Amino acid sequence: MWQMFVRWFHKWSSPKWFYEMSRPWSFWLGWAAVLLIATALVWGLAFSPVERVQGNSYRIIFLHVPAAFLAQAIYMTIAIAGAVGLVWRIKLAFYAAKQCVPIGTSMALLALITGAIWGKPTWGAWWVWDARLTSMLILLLLYLGLWALQNAMERQESGDRAAAILALVGVVNIPIIKFSVNWWNTLHQPATLKISSAAPMHVSMLIPLLMSILGFYLAFGAWMLIRTRLEILDREKKAKWAQEEIKRLEAN
Amino acid sequence: MTELLRAENLYCERDERVLFNHLDFSLQAGEILHVKGPNGAGKTTLLRRLVGLSWVVEGQLKWHDSLSEQGEKLDGHGFWYLAHRPAVTLQQTPLENLAFAVALHNQNLPSEAIWQALDTVGLRGYEDVPAGSLSAGQQRRVSLARLYLDMPSIKLWLLDEPFTALDVNAVRQLERRIEAFAESGGTVVMTSHHGLTHTAVRELLIGAPL
Amino acid sequence: MMLALAQMMRRELSLANRRRADLANPLFFFLIVVSLFPIGVTPDLEKLSEMAPGVLWVAALLASLLSLDLLFRHDYEDGSLEQMLLSSVPPQLLVLCKILSHWLVTGLPLTLLSPLLSVMLALPGSALPLLMLTLALGTLTLSLLGSIGAALTVGLRKGGLLLTILIMPLFVPVIIFGTSAIQAFVNGMPWVAQLSLLGAIAAGAFVVSPWLTVAALDVTVGD
Repeated sequence: MWQMFVRWFHKWSSPKWFYEMSRPWSFWLGWAAVLLIATALVWGLAFSPVERVQGNSYRIIFLHVPAAFLAQAIYMTIAIAGAVGLVWRIKLAFYAAKQCVPIGTSMALLALITGAIWGKPTWGAWWVWDARLTSMLILLLLYLGLWALQNAMERQESGDRAAAILALVGVVNIPIIKFSVNWWNTLHQPATLKISSAAPMHVSMLIPLLMSILGFYLAFGAWMLIRTRLEILDREKKAKWAQEEIKRLEAN
Repeated sequence: MTELLRAENLYCERDERVLFNHLDFSLQAGEILHVKGPNGAGKTTLLRRLVGLSWVVEGQLKWHDSLSEQGEKLDGHGFWYLAHRPAVTLQQTPLENLAFAVALHNQNLPSEAIWQALDTVGLRGYEDVPAGSLSAGQQRRVSLARLYLDMPSIKLWLLDEPFTALDVNAVRQLERRIEAFAESGGTVVMTSHHGLTHTAVRELLIGAPL
Repeated sequence: MMLALAQMMRRELSLANRRRADLANPLFFFLIVVSLFPIGVTPDLEKLSEMAPGVLWVAALLASLLSLDLLFRHDYEDGSLEQMLLSSVPPQLLVLCKILSHWLVTGLPLTLLSPLLSVMLALPGSALPLLMLTLALGTLTLSLLGSIGAALTVGLRKGGLLLTILIMPLFVPVIIFGTSAIQAFVNGMPWVAQLSLLGAIAAGAFVVSPWLTVAALDVTVGD
């Protein structure tokens, strides 16, 4: 059993095998994501009822919440992939971690921008030093650090490893950062309007929200696969199979 | 003779260029392994892999138990590694530099022993001058003075271009020192463009033009 | 082993002494940044006294962070760092020696200078002991955490700015607990919780960061 697992693991961690096997996956994941997100948005934007306190402005949660979820989940993914790469010396994990960084950065940006748009009618200002917005801003800074470090290194392998160590430090820090920012926030702004507080969400809002979150996760999966596959081709371009694949892609 | 090292299937590429591939060699106690090859052939990289500083070289290394507990990475107390960067701190005197190198081996030598070694490499009178005000050749000698210390725990030298910046006499002196070390049972791995003639010398050619 | 570590410590301190110019820079930086605030914001002492903990903290941390860039740089360039990684003394302990001596020659002087600057910002005198205590802990944590960043950027020519980008976001909790402890004290509220959290973070960093620093050095030096 264990041996089977190890063999399976080794097979999947070989870039070539992964490249071949993941070919249909990005396609199906991508379409499922498009379908889910489209349904969720049409439902959420057009058919869900108007919220009692916030009116129509709440509808941005169908983008904001999934983006915020993903921004955090992707950082975890990067840290885990980095740890796998460092411990078992698996190149594929580094490739995936590297390609997750821009996706995570854009999700954090999306969460911040939608948060700001949401904030304008709710708080009357584009930016409020709300605990969650501040945490997201710091997460964005952590992403930028990863990106800067990866690009500063001359050798890509060093960049991979260095970024993996930084991501591990960051992932340990994230809970502490969130805790401290909450503390700071309650200290300075005790009267901030809490949006998704205890009030239970109406089913017709919850279902499209959950669909949208799932859709975002699938979209992340598809996007990451596509990017990782390109990264594999780029990094393995000395291998014969990769050269043939590049030629085939260019011919199309 | 004991086999100190067995290296199998070493492979190294740098900047998308394969430096060496399927490199196998072994190292016997009392031997001087002279790694030869043109500039950029990967000699320094190979040496760094042997001491455990580089992970760009793939393949298996197995050190003898006397040098390494785990087989893969050398234990710190058993060898001198004279690197491309000489590990001479310019704000410190030759004396301090040498004492620190000994301390990193977790040992303590009387200061007479350190004076003695500096004297042997021709740095008498410079012991208390900051290394930064010495000439390039003299700084090199500060680094080389380590090899003239009497430290029985040291069984292996890894020397990266030890003859650089030395004058003719110093080169001859160092050659003799290396040979004497090998004759007393020590083992040397060195890279150099300078030829060595001694019965214990074995050459390892890497990156030879095809 | 203790002998080797003592020698390491002595080497670090004597090197710091011989590179005295590097030592003075963080202090000047601290002084300048703090005196720019009243000029840039307001000379009103009441407002300044409200801002004082934050200004002093951020300025002290930036000053200390700027000097962290040099933590491994000289040793990297002359090759001593490789020898330390190969040493039979655990490199983690050697790194810890370097971190502690960095704190002794940067964090501690900054802490000692802070009372003078706090007078310029009209911080109540009774808060001085707490200010110094939190700053001492904060700069120590910065030296510890920052050494990871310094190790990650040691081979890079323009590491200093990158180091700041990498480390500052991680440092948000320390800034929050440090400044809020002082503010709470000034406002007559309980401040022990913040101080103990600050201490806990420092202790955690003390345990973890030498290992991560050596792991990072293995990547950047052992290239």
